[in-house]
Amino acid sequence: MDVRYINPFIASVRNVFKTMLATEVNVSKPVIKAQGEASADVSSVIGLSGDATGCVVLSFPMHTAVAVASKFAGIAMTATHEDFSDALGELANMVAGHAKASLEGLNLNISLPTVVVGREHLVSQSKLAPRLALPCDSTLGRFCVEVVMVAATKKKEVAGMPATVGAGA
Amino acid sequence: MKILLVDDSRTIRNIQKNVLAQLGYADVMEASDGVEALKQIAEVRPDLTLVDWNMPNMDGITLVRKIRETDKAMPLIMVTTEAEKRRVIEAIQAGVNNYVVKPFTAETLGEKINATLAKLSAAPA
Repeated sequence: MDVRYINPFIASVRNVFKTMLATEVNVSKPVIKAQGEASADVSSVIGLSGDATGCVVLSFPMHTAVAVASKFAGIAMTATHEDFSDALGELANMVAGHAKASLEGLNLNISLPTVVVGREHLVSQSKLAPRLALPCDSTLGRFCVEVVMVAATKKKEVAGMPATVGAGA
Repeated sequence: MKILLVDDSRTIRNIQKNVLAQLGYADVMEASDGVEALKQIAEVRPDLTLVDWNMPNMDGITLVRKIRETDKAMPLIMVTTEAEKRRVIEAIQAGVNNYVVKPFTAETLGEKINATLAKLSAAPA
């Protein structure tokens, strides 16, 4: 595993939760998520483009998502609140944005966030690269940061980046 | 002091409004993208504008360039997840007066707002 592409996401989720939610996050050893394995109840998705394509997903059980969104927005809310998706989308935006700034040698762009709500839904993933999952634990509950990154073109040399990130380089 | 907040996240706008309230600024306008912001600016010129970078319809860097086509003086602060040096340089070249990287603390945002306003008020007319 090439830590150059993983450590920025670990540092980023810790920083974003500490700064915006006053919450410490413990990140466990990364695992490879199997094809077709369902996500939790709420997924906040940011697309990546540029020197690499892929996505960053914050994946929450519902109770964690509600606790996180409520803490971030500063108001008690449920999943039906009009700002629920907005809050979780912005958090994913911060995690992805902060991480990409630390991915040296990669010129990346991030998409606007998309938030999916549904019990044990499946976020479809490319077969070109595995999805690396970073299990996270906090006082607000457990959640996961999932990362998929693939070099955008084999013709372009990208600072020694592997063809896929999370493939056990 | 009229302040325009431009961000597609209402959660962020609410956080910014709380920070501004702590600083004593209660006259706040809101827009969720660059297009909406330009419409509001055409009606009422704000004394300070906080601009996100990544937004639908019109992003923040385009908004800054459009504002600067006609208004060189309006204080503009970019508040964004875009933290790379090249992005900061691009924003400064486009005409922002200050730059805040998300995630931010209330203290950091407050300091940048106060510093921007103090610097511009001290500058010769």
